Amino acid sequence: MAQDKADLVEMLRKMILIREFDLLAIELRKAKRIYGALHPYVGEEAIAVGVCAALRPTDRITSTHRGHGHCIAKGADINRMMAELFGRVDGYCKGKGGSMHIADFAIGMLGANGIVAGGMPIACGAALAAQLEDRGGVAACFFGDGATGEGEFHETLNISSIWKLPLIFVCENNRYGAGNAVESVRRVTDIEQHAPAYGIPGVAVDGNDVLAIRDATAQAVERARCGDGPTLLHCKTFRWLFHAMRDAPQPDMRSADLLAEWRGRERDPIARFEDWLGSQSLLGPGELKTLRDRVKRDLDAAVEFAEKSPHPDPNDLLVDMFAE
Amino acid sequence: MREITVTQALEEAMIEEMERDERVIAFATVRAPALENKFGDRRVRFTPISEAAFTGIGLGAAGSGFRPVVNWGMVTFSFVAMDQIVNQASKIRYMFGGQADFPVTFRCTTGGGIQLAAQHSQSPYSMFMHLAGLKIVLPSTPADAKGLLKSSIRDNNPVVFFECSRLAGVTGPVPDGDHIVPIGVADVKRPGRDVTVVGLAYYVHEALAIADTLAKEGISIEVLDPRTLVPMDAPAIRASVRRTGRLVVVDEAPATCSAASEIIALVTEDPETFRALRSPVQRVCAAPVPVPYTPTLEQAALPDRARIEAAIRRVL
Repeated sequence: MAQDKADLVEMLRKMILIREFDLLAIELRKAKRIYGALHPYVGEEAIAVGVCAALRPTDRITSTHRGHGHCIAKGADINRMMAELFGRVDGYCKGKGGSMHIADFAIGMLGANGIVAGGMPIACGAALAAQLEDRGGVAACFFGDGATGEGEFHETLNISSIWKLPLIFVCENNRYGAGNAVESVRRVTDIEQHAPAYGIPGVAVDGNDVLAIRDATAQAVERARCGDGPTLLHCKTFRWLFHAMRDAPQPDMRSADLLAEWRGRERDPIARFEDWLGSQSLLGPGELKTLRDRVKRDLDAAVEFAEKSPHPDPNDLLVDMFAE
Repeated sequence: MREITVTQALEEAMIEEMERDERVIAFATVRAPALENKFGDRRVRFTPISEAAFTGIGLGAAGSGFRPVVNWGMVTFSFVAMDQIVNQASKIRYMFGGQADFPVTFRCTTGGGIQLAAQHSQSPYSMFMHLAGLKIVLPSTPADAKGLLKSSIRDNNPVVFFECSRLAGVTGPVPDGDHIVPIGVADVKRPGRDVTVVGLAYYVHEALAIADTLAKEGISIEVLDPRTLVPMDAPAIRASVRRTGRLVVVDEAPATCSAASEIIALVTEDPETFRALRSPVQRVCAAPVPVPYTPTLEQAALPDRARIEAAIRRVL
């Protein structure tokens, strides 16, 4: 793929923004300024950004409960995302969805989803629409390792293979399905091995290498656009933080050594990409600081935007129930 | 007017809507040769037996600009797609703040009385009524079936379209041309003075037969068919009950938390209609059992003319 500097730096900006957005959301939730449940994407930023870098703006994606990263990577407006977390009328869902149900149909982001594997058939439908439209569009569905235990995973692999749908299956294997380590709930942990059983390619990728993910996605997209059908990408990563939090994060039962290994500069997807960009003379220390300052300013502005937006009027409770 | 069966009426509706709008696509686990020959296998697809997948595919394609008609076959099979129906289809518009429409129609057969035993004789419309966000249609005549299926396909919301198994071969007059029946409008199938009988699907026909019989005794029955269960045409039902002062609701679903219960609640919680009631309202529903196979037991489980007539006589 082309190594255009502006594109690469934009990928890094999105990765940093995703991480800082979620770290900020955790603090906002602890301070009870936002509500409900949060599922941070920290440590997995390379996958959303790498995949979306290989998609067109008109391509469609579905997301998961851990969905803020997918929104930002697909180009969502963080002001409206933040307003949604604050439950305000200027949020993407006018405060009706919250963290687990952010969607932006205008940019092809067909929704975060609180049900494991729930978005997979919907992505399959978006891929069918792309096939029928015949304009070279594709769909991508993000899902975790936990989703591979659901019937919807197997059903959509099979049906999309039969119909040669332009669909990219993106398994974000962060090694935990809620509180369960992947090896405690699966005999086969090489998720890509499911692909040949359904007659499609399965590709294992370093889930913390944003360029490897972008390139693997680009190949899958090319195959999909040619009418050759879906691909299963197995992106191996690690969930840095807890599965979910409400008032407070769940206690982390994992060993300190394991956490330190994955959070170190060698494996951290953002640090790795920063270092690579530096080694290629594509990003100097000054530029990195400018980028990080911009992310902070944008997030401060998003919080200000959200707080200025009013809460919905209870009289509008039934608005949006049915279309005309 | 020409007479055709419910099945023929539904096929006409499909053909006309697919001709009218090329965004209408259809999936089912069985082939539909007439549709496939006419519209090709891109728009008319037979699917693997993967209800969760093709229910969600319908929803996803609807959110991406198409108007899918997803045929579950029997409502029985929809239960393996409950995530897509309950967590996704019924909530997707509202929880995303109304930013997209999901014009998808889910077709399925429903009801017992044809010795298909417990799993294939269910009438679970109230389960779907309970989910805010789905429109629910249950026609009783070929004309209503055609007109309501066309309205369902044109509706910009998820619609569950129930087709009563025992009515598939029933014939009736259907107007030529683009015959449309609006969703949410009940129909008085027979006007009367003494008792309102609200029947659903097959039991509209049973109520009409009983009304004929009782007319010979000078008892005047009004038979009302809601035709759609969500939205329910409460004003029409209440108006009928205010005229007659008496209400019997007949359906082949068990009574607990049923469409019949809902109809009675809508009638009795309206002060003016409540004051017009001259006797306690009655439900004639299925026994609270899985529908049994053998005819003697199946007939005992489902409402029959004797029980409907007895209920009418109790309110008189």
